[in-house]
This record gives sequence, structure tokens and C-alpha cells, in this order.
Amino acid sequence: MPRITVNVDGIAYEEEVEPRLLLVHLLRDRLGRTGTPIGCDTGNCGACTVMLDGRSAKSCSVLAVQADGSDVVTIEGLAQGGEWHPMQRAFHEEHALQCGYCTPGMIMAAIDLLRDDPDPSEEAVREGLEGNLCRCTGYCNIVRAVRRGAAEMSRRSASESSAREVPAP
Amino acid sequence: MTEQLDAGLIGERIAESDQLNPPSAAHEVGKARRRKEDARLVTGRTTWTDNIQLPGMMYVAFLRSPMAHARITRVDTSAASGRPGVVAVYSGRDFVDEQGSLPCAWPVSEDVVIPDHPPMAVDEVRYVGEAVACVVATDRYRAADALEAIEIDYEPLDAVLDMTEALAEGSPKVHEAGNQAFTWKFAGGDIEEAFRDAPVVIERTYVQQRLIPSAMEPRAVVATTDGDAFTLYSATQIPHVLRVMLALTTGIPEHKLRVVAPDVGGGFGSKLQVTAEEVLALLLTRRLGRPVKWTESRSEGNLTVHHGRDQLQRISVAADRDGRVRGVKVDLLADMGAYLMLVTPGVPLLGAFMYNGIYKMDAYHFNCTGVFTTKMPTDAYRGAGRPEATFAIERAMDELAHELGMDPIELRRRNWITHEEFPYTTICGLTYDSGNYEAATERALALLGYDKLRAEQADRRDRRDPVQLGIGVSTFTEMCGLAPSRVLGSLSYGAGGWEHASVRMLPTGKVEVVTGSSPHGQGHETAWSQIVADALGVPFEDVSVLHGDTSVSHKGMDTYGSRSLVVGGVAVLAACEKVKDRAKELAAHLLEASADDIEFADGTFKVRGTEAGRTIQELALATFAAHDLPDGFEPALDADATFDPDNFSFPHGTHLCAIEVDTETGASKIRTYVAVDDVGSVVNPLIVEGQVHGGIAQGIAQALFEEAVYDTEGNLLTTTMADYLIPSAADLPDFVTDRTETPATTNPLGVKGVGEAGTIASTPAVVNAIVDALRPYGVNDVRMPCTPERIWRAVTEGGDR
Repeated sequence: MPRITVNVDGIAYEEEVEPRLLLVHLLRDRLGRTGTPIGCDTGNCGACTVMLDGRSAKSCSVLAVQADGSDVVTIEGLAQGGEWHPMQRAFHEEHALQCGYCTPGMIMAAIDLLRDDPDPSEEAVREGLEGNLCRCTGYCNIVRAVRRGAAEMSRRSASESSAREVPAP
Repeated sequence: MTEQLDAGLIGERIAESDQLNPPSAAHEVGKARRRKEDARLVTGRTTWTDNIQLPGMMYVAFLRSPMAHARITRVDTSAASGRPGVVAVYSGRDFVDEQGSLPCAWPVSEDVVIPDHPPMAVDEVRYVGEAVACVVATDRYRAADALEAIEIDYEPLDAVLDMTEALAEGSPKVHEAGNQAFTWKFAGGDIEEAFRDAPVVIERTYVQQRLIPSAMEPRAVVATTDGDAFTLYSATQIPHVLRVMLALTTGIPEHKLRVVAPDVGGGFGSKLQVTAEEVLALLLTRRLGRPVKWTESRSEGNLTVHHGRDQLQRISVAADRDGRVRGVKVDLLADMGAYLMLVTPGVPLLGAFMYNGIYKMDAYHFNCTGVFTTKMPTDAYRGAGRPEATFAIERAMDELAHELGMDPIELRRRNWITHEEFPYTTICGLTYDSGNYEAATERALALLGYDKLRAEQADRRDRRDPVQLGIGVSTFTEMCGLAPSRVLGSLSYGAGGWEHASVRMLPTGKVEVVTGSSPHGQGHETAWSQIVADALGVPFEDVSVLHGDTSVSHKGMDTYGSRSLVVGGVAVLAACEKVKDRAKELAAHLLEASADDIEFADGTFKVRGTEAGRTIQELALATFAAHDLPDGFEPALDADATFDPDNFSFPHGTHLCAIEVDTETGASKIRTYVAVDDVGSVVNPLIVEGQVHGGIAQGIAQALFEEAVYDTEGNLLTTTMADYLIPSAADLPDFVTDRTETPATTNPLGVKGVGEAGTIASTPAVVNAIVDALRPYGVNDVRMPCTPERIWRAVTEGGDR
């Protein structure tokens, strides 16, 4: 069986896997990272979206062996130092989740969307999240949350870059 | 059901006790609290059933029938048994003596036929997807591998797919007893008189297409036993009902069976079921003595999670020339699918009392036939019966308005119950306790800019603009808050409609609330905390809500039919009132005063006119210590309450949809969607708005996108999310929502329920808008889902497509 090394939420794992094992099953069944759920078997729903080397990927459509040597961030690795990511907080504040099953994937896809468009319009958010399905919210509050999260992330990165510009004493 | 309402025993008691904190902006009830549930959901610390791993656990996979109807002539599991990792392989015959029959709890009529429904088919299969065998293996991949090695021979039988043909003489039979599952009638007023010489009669046939509920979390079950007792974890809406039904089905004594609904990822009625897989998981763990897990794939779920709707409605409306409705007749065929599951035959009955909508009329007649076909059984899906009824009457009202050359809003005004007329007993015998259709409609018209859009519509019609504008109206009500037990009994339902709650005062003054309702996304933990915070005067943060585990919450009727707040929330309030009664007695003792002189406000019991008092937290501690209690006072403040409502609740609202329809391509685009709902008093406006949003999305989905399609041999073609089109964010507009607030008079919270309202209201609003856009083309109906192709054909060919 192929042996892979994969870093998941900051922990380095070395695993022997069947070539057919899906990344999402590696995460859930082998590594116990059950924060990433599975909603379909055709790559349509996006519930299993994770960050694979910094870009969003549907982990049901990636083989574990394809993730060899990669860095995976799941919803469980998003909070830093006990503080939620701005997008997690925005989803909470805007009531952008009900049952919450799509939420991990939705948050991951939203963060990735902002890499290309840090200040997306409502329409851009709707188009950008087309690959992530939610059955509870009707998407109104998800759209609001993504834009709120975007604003907060922009504010933070602006204050971080201005902090960097301050010369050391 | 026809008697006048009273407030109910608990409501009276609460009113007399003069201790109900009225909802107010200064208190928790009414506040847009962010949800307590979110913390685990946004960080991935959720306990979905499929997350549960038990030591030594085995995985189950099911082999499912590839034929819509066939006799099983041979089963050979030997090759599969030898596959690596396989622990056991069974067919239906291996469980023939113990698997029983999946239950139907709603034998609606004397003539109902309830066929035997083995969890795994033994001799005959009756729909594609029916379980015929299963593999238990060391992991899910090996279980799936071994399915390929099971050999089954089938002798094909005729599929039965069309309801009308199924009832015709000489049709192939789904079951030996024939294809008619039941008949059910209701008559109010003199229908002959209403239709005799009526100046206007509208007759229409509407197809409620088959839908797949599609909760985002697929079903999953984990079962385990210690050799004596059993625990079943399931992605279910109904842990309590499930426990009772599983005990009856499997013979496992109820007290040896614990059912747990952990975090559940949506339901919409689809998890209001006792499933084959739940029964078999218990039987497998009993036989093998090991924990087993089964998790469905989405494709498996589309085939075998019960479907919704699938009715053929013939509706006739008789009216006077001035628009006054004289009577409504409904003739309904309801597709049961192959078997009657938990409430399959009851779904059309939940609509039977709603075809009169919000309107006054002289007579109403309803006639329904349930029909067996060789398809997946239907059962409750968000709204269950009421979306169908609302669709038919609201579509017919628009047709009548068109026939009379009258504005559809004006026609409704001439027929609806005015706000001075409540409580109003309808032609169906339901007493609508409160409402204000005028106020909701005025608000909706203003938000939409109705007159301006009508002017734009006229202009586009004049210009023969290829993109036409349509405006759809839906003024709806629904009966929810299921339900008064005696009414359910009169409709032959197998259980009651009460709900249970317990409130426990912990020594440190914190509060645990146990609820019999079973949330799967609604936000009960937050809303119940708000109710308790106000009732007991404790901080919102100090309340924990426990649910979904029959060993913790021993008693309940669970969550469906927009009942949780209206029945379960009121039970929580009633339990709090009992806690306060006990606390008051203790406070009087400790303060050396008469209980009559004790006042309660903001969590403190005070002697009237003094500052001497005890907080409820101090009293909780005093009962824990139990050093100084009144003689004979049991050392506890805890209380239970079970609430059974006297009446249904009747949320209502006005939904308006403005849609642009491209007559050259058939494409439609919702331009504005306005929803003004009246769900009575509101505990948490954020949660209410979320429920309305999601409900509207599902109703729009029925109107525009979704349909479960079977081919002529009975194969489901829409087995994936690529084929069954659940709308994405890109397919839906933002919704404009607002509320009017006319409190329910039948419960002390004044609440009416909100889970289903959006879905019930929105489907007719959208289709009415499409038809309205296409009136100049002679179109009077477009069949759902109104796809571009169907719209284009309607424009090209006219009439009803």
C-alpha cells in the first residue's frame, strides 16, 4: 500500500493507504477529523470542501494519495489561538447556518473566493458559492456573512500591513 | 375541532398565577440572540451520526433492487461471504422471522390497505432501491465491494407508475389487494347548491410533482448492544416516536432500547420516519453482538429516503360575478408509492382542511384516493399536505380573477376573513384564532411597489417586449403546531400531539431544560433558553437545553409540523411556572411571610412592599442543602410539564413574486420576492427570518427546479445532485421579508410556528407570477417545475403546458 505524508491542521501524519481511499475518508475515518462532512457522492454539494495547499478542494473528489506531501486545512484548523476566523464569526453573527451541515464547506469555499475577489458583490458571492449547496438558509444570510467576513478580513489585513510598515524601535 | 377555543388549562393557570413575564424588548423573548448551537457547527466539533466510532464497529452496506417490480427467485450470498473483511451477508429471508413490518401509524380510513412492508424484501420487490440483502464488513469500502458478489435472480413483474392507470380496470397490481390504498371524504355545507346555477365555475387540474426532500446530511445509523440493552444513534427527527415504534417492530422491550438523535443535519420531514435501515441495524447488532454503522450515499438516499408531494389535484371553484366564492370541490389522487410508511396516507389529510385557504365560502367538498405505485413511498415533506392545498386554491383564485377581469388582490379582499371576524370557524370546521390578512397584504403590496410593477407590466405588454413581467400573489394560512391529541385521534392517527419538558434547577443556580422536541437545525437550544431566561429571571447563558437522547429526555413527540415552539416551547414555559410555584413556597418559608405576599420579578422573590427577598439561585441552593425547608417540602424545585394544545395554530401571510420571463428562451428570473408573514409573537426574530428564508427557497425550488423523475420502467433518473436540481446561491434572489404580529390566542406565548410557512406560501406565488407574465400568450398554466423548456412550450403552443 502506498505510504503518504500529509499535514492536516498543523499535524504531520504518515499513513499507509489504499490507492482508492478518498481524502475525505482519510480525514474522517482514519485521522478522526470529522469536522468535514460528506453530503453527496458526485462532487455537487461542496460540504466536504477543505483547503488543499491553500486552495479550496472538494475532499470527496481527491484521492488520499493525491494529497501526499500536501498541507490540508479543515474547518477544525481554522481558528487560531482560540480565536475564530473572521468568516466563522461572520457566519455566526449573520445567522448564516441552521443545521450547519454545509457550513464547514461553505466557510472554506467563502475564504477561497475572497482570495480572488477580496470585496465581492452580492452577485459575485452567489456565483462564487455555486458549488456549495445549502438546504436550510435560502442563502440570503450566507451571502451577508461572506461579505461581512470579507470586510473584516480586509480590515485585519490592512491593519497588519500598516503594522508591518512601522519601523522597529 | 369545531368548538370554540379556550386558552387551555395551562394557559389559564399561567394567567391566573399572574407570573408570566410578557414578552418585551427589555427581556430575552423577542431578542435577536445569536445561536448557542453555532459554536460547535462553525468549528467542526459537531456530532453527526456518521462521526460516531465505537470499538469493534462494523460497516453495513445494502444491496438494492434494480427492478421496479419483480419476484425474487434465487439469492446466493456465498461468494460475497468469502470476500476479504466480510463478517456476514444476509438477505431478507435470513431475517424473515424477526424483521417484522415497517409501521404505518396513520390508518386513515376503514378501507385503508396497509400492506406488509418487510425492511428487507423476501419474496417480491416493489420499487427500485428496495433493500434485498446486506453485507457487514470491517470497513465501508469492503462492504461495498462484497455487494457485487451477491447473486440475485428476479422474475420481472409489471411496473405500475401512473396513478390514473393504476386505478383502471385490469391494471397490474402492486399488492394483491389492488392499487387503491384508501379513500377519504370531507363535506362541509351544501356543495350542490353552491355549484347549481353558479355564474362562474373554474375547473383546473394541477400536478404536484414528486420531490426529494434532500436534507444535507444523508441518513446514518449506528447500533450497539451490551448483550442486554441496545442503543441506536440515528439521524432522525423523531427519537422518541422511533423508540416506541422500534420496540414494537423488533420486539426489543422499550426499556432496553435507548435512541439518540445526535446533531442532525436537516430533515424537512424526511427524517420523520421509521426506516428499514434503522430496524436492520438493531437486528444486525443483536445477531452479531458488535456495533454496526450504516451511512447512506446521496444516490442511495435519493432512491430510498421517502419522497414528498406527488398528487394530482382537480379543483373546481364556483363563484358569483362579483367574485364571491360560493364553493370549492377537490378531487385528489395521492401517490403512496409502494408501501404506507409512518404517516404516508395522512399527508393528504393534513391538506384536506386547507383548500378553503383564508376565504369564506358556503360549501366545500374533498374527496381523496390514495394509490399504490411501484415507486419509493411518499411521506411528510416540509408542509405535508398544506403546500399542495395552498397551491391549488391560490392558483385557482388567480384563475378566477383572470376569468372575472379582476385584480387578484381585489378578488382575495372580497373573500378573505376580515380581522374583525376572528375567531372564525371555517367551512372545514377549523377555528382560526387570530389573524390580520389586510395588514399583511398592505405591507407586502407596499414593499413590492405593486402598482408601479403593474404599470410596468402593462407597458411591456403594450410594447410586446419579449421579456414579460408577471406578478404572483399568494395569501396563505396553514394549520400547524401539531396538534391537539383528540383531533389527531378523530383523524385515526396512532399517537397524541402533546409535548413534554422538564426544568432542573442545579445547586449553583444554573438551569437544565429537557425538551421532548428534537431539533435538527432550528435553534431550539437558543430559543428555549430565551423563554426560560424570562420565565425564571435567570441569565440566558445560564440555561442549557438537553434533547434528542431518550435516556436524558425520556418523553416526547419530537419535531415536525411547525410544532416545536407552539407545543414544546409552551411545555417549557409551563414547567418553569411549576418551578416558580415551588420556589415561591420556599421563599415564603425562608422570608417568614405568607406565600400570598410574595412577588416575583427578574429572578427574585420578594415580600411585597419590602426589599427582603431571595433569588431563584439562592432557593436552588437552599433545596440542595435542604437544611431549612417547609415541613413536607420535597427538596427540589424541579418540575415537569406536558402540554397538549386545544387547537392548531394558524400562521398566515402574503407573499408576492415579481418575475421576468423571456418568452423567446423560456428563461425566468425572479426580480423581487416579498414575504410578509404573521407567525404571531416572536421569540427570536433572527431564527424566524432564517426559517422564512429557507422555506421560501424550498417552495421556489418546487416551482422552478425540482422533480423526481422515473422512466417508463420505474427507474429513478434523478439519483444525484447533478440530476435533481437543488437550487444554489446563484439560482435564487435575495428575499425581502417583513412581519406583522397578531399573537395566537391559544397559547400563553402567543406563538404560531414558522417552520413550514415559507414553503407553503412561495410555490403558488412563483407559478402565479409566471402564468401572469404569459397571459397575453393565452397561457393559463405551466406545469411544475416551470423549466425554460416548459415555459417556452407554453408560450409557443398556448394553453396549459
